[in-house]
Amino acid sequence: MAQMNMVQALNSAMDIMLGRDPSVVLMGEDIGYFGGVFRTTEGLQRKYGEHRVLDTPIAEGGIVGAAIGMAVNGLRPVAEIQFADYIYPGFDQIVSELARLRYRSAGDFTAPVTIRTPCGGGIRGGQTHSQSPEAMFTHVSGLKVVMPSNPHDAKGLLITAIEDDDPVIFFEPKRLYNGPFDGDPNKPAVPWSTHPKGEVPEGHYTVPLGRADIVRAGAQLSIITYGTMVYVAQAAAAALELDAEIIDLRSLVPLDVDAICSSVKKTGRCVVAHEATRLSGFGAEIAAIVQEECFWHLEAPIQRAAGWDTPYPHAFEWEYFPGQARLAAAIRAAMEPA
Amino acid sequence: MVRSRLHLPRSPARPGEAPDFSYLELSPAGAVARPQVGARVRDIGPLAVELVRVLDDAGDAVGPWNPHLDAAELQIGLRHMLLTRIFDERMQRNQRAGKITFYVRSLGEEAVSVAQCMALSPRDMLFPSYRNQGLQIARGIPLVNLMCQLLSNTRDPCKGRQLPAMYHSAAGHLFSISGNVATQFPQAVGWAMAAAIKGEDHLAASWLGEGSSAEADFHYALLFAAVYQAPVILNVVNNQWAISTFQGYAGGEQRSFAARGPGYGIAGVRVDGNDFLAVHAVTQWAAERARTGGGPTLIELVTYRAAAHSTSDDPSRYRAKDDAEHWPLGDPIERLKRHLIRLGEWSEERHHALSAELDELVAASWREAVAYGTLNDGPKLDTDLMFEDVFKEMPANLQLQRAMMRAEKSSR
Ligand SMILES: Cc1ncc(C[n+]2csc(CCOP(=O)(O)OP(=O)(O)O)c2C)c(N)n1
Repeated sequence: MAQMNMVQALNSAMDIMLGRDPSVVLMGEDIGYFGGVFRTTEGLQRKYGEHRVLDTPIAEGGIVGAAIGMAVNGLRPVAEIQFADYIYPGFDQIVSELARLRYRSAGDFTAPVTIRTPCGGGIRGGQTHSQSPEAMFTHVSGLKVVMPSNPHDAKGLLITAIEDDDPVIFFEPKRLYNGPFDGDPNKPAVPWSTHPKGEVPEGHYTVPLGRADIVRAGAQLSIITYGTMVYVAQAAAAALELDAEIIDLRSLVPLDVDAICSSVKKTGRCVVAHEATRLSGFGAEIAAIVQEECFWHLEAPIQRAAGWDTPYPHAFEWEYFPGQARLAAAIRAAMEPA
Repeated sequence: MVRSRLHLPRSPARPGEAPDFSYLELSPAGAVARPQVGARVRDIGPLAVELVRVLDDAGDAVGPWNPHLDAAELQIGLRHMLLTRIFDERMQRNQRAGKITFYVRSLGEEAVSVAQCMALSPRDMLFPSYRNQGLQIARGIPLVNLMCQLLSNTRDPCKGRQLPAMYHSAAGHLFSISGNVATQFPQAVGWAMAAAIKGEDHLAASWLGEGSSAEADFHYALLFAAVYQAPVILNVVNNQWAISTFQGYAGGEQRSFAARGPGYGIAGVRVDGNDFLAVHAVTQWAAERARTGGGPTLIELVTYRAAAHSTSDDPSRYRAKDDAEHWPLGDPIERLKRHLIRLGEWSEERHHALSAELDELVAASWREAVAYGTLNDGPKLDTDLMFEDVFKEMPANLQLQRAMMRAEKSSR
């Protein structure tokens, strides 16, 4: 085992896959010589060569389209979109092409592309460096959608994603790159070296898609979440001294419905939390599933804690971010007696 | 390892290597012909690959592109460029001191924004990128307004919603800057199409970096501009670098960026972006062409990004350290200053005095701006503003969320 932050863990996953599989190539803006604006691909071009770790023009539609073509011709591209906020020029290639190629060609053409992209706020990035657009992709049939919350999972999930024969959109909550974050910007930053999930095996291993992680087992309430909110949820439940069960979904498509439902059937109370805007957010899907599957077990309405339905405002970052206070309000409402 | 036949553009000088600008194709000052404003695109192809220059090495204005500006106008240009540079230096320091969260300098590229703005009329609509602060300054936007935007404070024209440097001014006819590169290009074309539909005289101009010209939006803009012969000036600021990526990765290795214009049926002009007179002259040419029904022009401004990409960037990781000092086209402020001195219209003493005056102007503006608040202290923007302007009228979900946000704040 080694101590790694999330950037190092992701780097290690790509390093291993470039080493094991000659068809793996990396591509993206500033990822080659420079190693990426978050340094996630640092050293990989030097190690594997310029034709396997490609700097690309600033054209997300071109990156995704070219990745599809390369994949169809036998490569296994891992494309970086510098910020999730810049994925939209590539949206058509992702939605209309990447997602549906297998279906429309009856399996004769497939494109095993992984698209990595940093998401989420909390870094004073304003509206174009803070978005969490995962629900736009879970809504598209044919895409797998992943969001790890710690270095250990990040590496195992990224290896799984690269080895997967279907396209995967891999969201990296950038506020978690260097350490867990409980939503309080005034506390000193905590590095991954102090957290058990900062222990990462150096070699190849996988974390399966569609398997949630029960971060904390509990009896009183289920908090279903992913990404940065995993830590906010833990802190909020602890502050309220509740015996909450906290579930880190890790992958949204495929979704671990069993883990969600067995938890809610046990606790009878459910809060769903994500950083993305609330309206049509992935939380709505979870709430619908819980309602369908666990209705007779519910003691109170399902609650959602999410980002407000506005663009991410630079000056009001911490009033926008769904921090512990927002979680606490949702938890209290979910704990109302039946 | 298999030998790959994939061509990979070579960057000229990485850290530890000697600066190398041998790839740059230059024309001598005064050497490029100045066609009639109404010339047909097919007859002016060379303009897109040669380099229009007016100021020679001695600092004299030579050749057919000399715009013959009077000394007073040149002095104003020098003042705007110097103010832009001093503003940048000061804001960079304020970012380093933690007063603002992010900043982007335009060091070495000041002639682009300033000369182009001065060659256009005040009612022309400008669609800038994040590195065009010289447009804001040359358009006379008060420094305090710009600083309040950088500070996201109570007088911020964006009401705290935008990252620093993403200015706008409806009164100044300066469009709202987007953090997503290249989006403004087709929008400028649309604005110009509307001007043509309405029979108005104003034109639109837009700017992006050569790196951003890779985006599809750039190509949409050129196509629409060509199809409708829109009165628009589209500017590619080729400062050689897009963060860590050399211009070869945007397609500049095979052909100039200006040459994309003729490919679409648009006049293309390649100009020395650090030559105030040349930039002014080609912009004036393009503006006259647009206003007289000659349609769009694509201008490539050849310049150098002398500073980091932004305050989040460290160029010593990817390019030769003293690259900027070896840039063959020099510094735009120094070059205009030398020209004015040769004309007998400027001196080191006057330059010094101007510098000191502008220093004080920036300092005084900053003192005023911070009185309206910073992110950390002083008066604060009302957090309710977060929910306004999502729509014209606030829908029920936002009203509810605003109430929840207020409750959250009082619970903290
Ligand atoms: C759609 C989109 N993709 C990526 C980015 C990230 N990004 C911001 S600036 C930049 C480099 C732009 O370089 P260039 O266009 O040459 O302009 P310069 O910064 O050199 O002035 C990149 C990649 C972005 N802002 N928007």
